[in-house]
Amino acid sequence: MLVPWIILGILGLVLLYGIYVFNRLVRLRVRCENAWSQIDVQLRRRYDLIPNLVEAVKGYAGHERELFEEVARARSQAQAASGVRDQAQAENQLTAGIRRLIAVAENYPQLKASENFLALQEELTGTESRIAFARQFYNDQVQFLNTLIQTFPSRIVASLGRFRPREFFEIEEPARGPVSVQF
Amino acid sequence: MYEQIARNKRRTILIVLGALIFAGGLGYLFGLLLNVGIAGLFVALAIVGALSYYSYAYGDRLVLRAARARPVSHEQEPRLHNIVEGLALAGGLPKPAVHVIPEQAPNAFATGRDPQHSSIAVTQGLLDKMNRVELEGVVAHEMSHIRDRDILLGTVVATLVGAVVLIAEFMLRWFWWGGGLGGRRGRDRDGGGQGFAILALVGLVLAIVTPFFAQIIKLAMSRRREYLADAEGALLTRYPPGLASALRKIAADTTPLRAANNATAHLWLSQPSRVPGEGNHWFENLFSTHPPIQERIRILEEM
Repeated sequence: MLVPWIILGILGLVLLYGIYVFNRLVRLRVRCENAWSQIDVQLRRRYDLIPNLVEAVKGYAGHERELFEEVARARSQAQAASGVRDQAQAENQLTAGIRRLIAVAENYPQLKASENFLALQEELTGTESRIAFARQFYNDQVQFLNTLIQTFPSRIVASLGRFRPREFFEIEEPARGPVSVQF
Repeated sequence: MYEQIARNKRRTILIVLGALIFAGGLGYLFGLLLNVGIAGLFVALAIVGALSYYSYAYGDRLVLRAARARPVSHEQEPRLHNIVEGLALAGGLPKPAVHVIPEQAPNAFATGRDPQHSSIAVTQGLLDKMNRVELEGVVAHEMSHIRDRDILLGTVVATLVGAVVLIAEFMLRWFWWGGGLGGRRGRDRDGGGQGFAILALVGLVLAIVTPFFAQIIKLAMSRRREYLADAEGALLTRYPPGLASALRKIAADTTPLRAANNATAHLWLSQPSRVPGEGNHWFENLFSTHPPIQERIRILEEM
């Protein structure tokens, strides 16, 4: 008399747990997608800044044509990249190009002191730190999602619902700490 | 984090209920004294009810105005805007409104009812005296307050307490003049005494009320949440020395903050002081809502 009820109760609990895990997985997946699109917004902002930066440096160091072309190439590659890993690779290349551009600009005190360039640099620093922060949030959410997908017993629900672990967005970080502060 | 959000919502409701009961009791008392019966109770309840709703819906504007904070555009303050936006991304929150307070004391606060309706205000002094990582540390601390809904509780407490202080002052003045006149009239009739008695009672009630409310702020805005916001802020920037260095600069700075008052003290990043130097007046200690700054720096440095 009692045994069927106990079994029914256990089944009910299992079902409730399954619903809970499923909803959590969906929520995390949405949050990951959201976080990824936030990264995308910030990356786009950086693409928009690059032509201005190139123009500003061109005015002083026109002979660095090769570098300008390289940056332009890296930019269009980054814009065309799809998938987390490809995007990260392209962004790293672009970051390296920007670093070299800035390094060239450092040689021209007049350019460095110009208001236009200072504003550009603030926007660039701001955008890069935003990329870093957006990346941090994205990777945190990916970690939550992947942990849930890969650990037992939520793993069963995840495989039933065909949830796949997502890739981390691994890019070179701008140096943190007092070193990065410029006056 | 989610427990903290639930706890803050619960506490906000408790504070509002407490204010309702307290004001209801007071209204009932005065109603009896003024021979209008139970009407006093209803009037008081209606006032506090309206106030509570107002502080929930518009408290942030009130707090910002009290601090003389002005909204700034991205063009005016690109660095601050970039940092706020970055840390909103790090916390997965919408970007709060950005305000600047024209004061030289380095300090900051956040207000609003939820992350969708939130504001961060920093003083001009903070912008002038802090470098990027320090500013990031400060903004991250405020962002944690927003995420944990400390801002809802803090803002409701600030507006309710501010209103109670205002009403108390108003009543005191009203009873002073009203009671004074009544006393004179009373003297003509039967030698007075009733007016004076009411006046004495009001004085007594006010004397009790002020420390009582200070205690409520202290209980509600426990110092623990400052430590918590420090730690969560450090988690957002992944760089605890930033906030530590900012706090060290703030501790060394003795510029008084004129825009702060006892109703809003608990909202600020560090205990605001209106007198130059260390504000160790007993009255300010009574409202001391923040843990000692040296202790906060020590903990951040150990992270």
